[in-house]
Amino acid sequence: MGIKEGLLALLATEPMYGYQLKSELENATGNGVDLNIGQVYSTLQRMERDGLVEPGVEDEEGRVVYSITDQGRATLARWGDRPESLAQGRDELSIKVLLSIHTGALDPNRVIEVQRRETMGLLQHYVQLRSSSEDQDLAWQLHLDRLIYNAEAELRWLDRVEERLSTVALKATASAPTYEQQEVKR
Amino acid sequence: MSEPILKMRRVGKTHGKGAQRVDAIIDIDLDVAPGEFVAITGRSGSGKTTLLNIAGALDEPTTGNVWVEGRDLGDLSRKELAQLRRISVGYVFQQFNLLPALTAAENVAMPLELDGMRPSDARLLAEKALAEVGLGGAGHRYPDQLSGGEQQRVAIARGLVGPRKLLLADEPTGALDEATGEAILQLLRDRCEAGASALMVTHEPAFAAYADRVVRLRDGKIEEISVRRPVPSSTADLIS
Repeated sequence: MGIKEGLLALLATEPMYGYQLKSELENATGNGVDLNIGQVYSTLQRMERDGLVEPGVEDEEGRVVYSITDQGRATLARWGDRPESLAQGRDELSIKVLLSIHTGALDPNRVIEVQRRETMGLLQHYVQLRSSSEDQDLAWQLHLDRLIYNAEAELRWLDRVEERLSTVALKATASAPTYEQQEVKR
Repeated sequence: MSEPILKMRRVGKTHGKGAQRVDAIIDIDLDVAPGEFVAITGRSGSGKTTLLNIAGALDEPTTGNVWVEGRDLGDLSRKELAQLRRISVGYVFQQFNLLPALTAAENVAMPLELDGMRPSDARLLAEKALAEVGLGGAGHRYPDQLSGGEQQRVAIARGLVGPRKLLLADEPTGALDEATGEAILQLLRDRCEAGASALMVTHEPAFAAYADRVVRLRDGKIEEISVRRPVPSSTADLIS
């Protein structure tokens, strides 16, 4: 995600200094954004250059509080209005499955089986985390919901691949009409 | 490890004969330990429900043996089997099978009363079970005064009521919305953490994930998929 937009969203609520921005961003996203303080400062510098934020005077502890500019608010609004697109490209799992089917160099059923074990294990883990964090913060729960839906989607897709493969295999074996089918045609 | 609550060895079930012969399940070995929650997944027609019915003494295997609480079901008389089905095993199945002439609470209390429990005690446990499924205060209503989802929850309460050792659930969340479904799954988990055991059939991956162990039926045979891992003390490695 754009760290820039994240910082703008936070600064739109009140002016903050670098370390504050880092910890607020982590809180707000259920620790979903992993960044170091150096990245925060270098991003702020770039944003200052682009006129999105402006620094205030340094306080006695040497901290500089940043505020959002009108241009920064406009950039934030554009980000909010822009839909994020799901990746259309093939991820590594898709490529592995598709190639195993196409080439036969790997057993697709084996690929599916290995992946299913892994993802079901993860899903169990997420569900467990979610039930043990009922009273915890909303951001963390929403993040877990997202992970759960993603894992679920992958498992469903693996089931579907397997189903399609067995249908294809059945059709292949049945492509020569059987005696009964010929009888019916007559 | 202690004696499993449910033990199945080389269990098979064949429907039909000759050319029509279909093996629903083949040579199944499965144990459910005390306190364990096991989910069975698999495509429709993979034999999931057949397996569950056999585990719950609702159907007989063609081959193999099933032990519930250490007792071989093949050795039990009809009376003993009926008793086992009333006391030890709780069933949460797709069909609600509620008796329309009885209230929700009476439906839930019925298996306990049939077993000789004082009606007032049975009613108390029934109200408690109804409250657990989010239907506290609805005990006086009749099935036709309840929505499909509510009827299903009454059926779940009936399956969970009293001191059940083995809970068998077949797509228990079928007619329920997602949040209620999750609450029911959590309830099954809580029961297992309190010492009961559960065997559940589901095609929903996210529901299967509530179990300690997920197995999959494929072409009548069982495959281990995944065992629940302990939650790490740090969640940092989860985030990506």
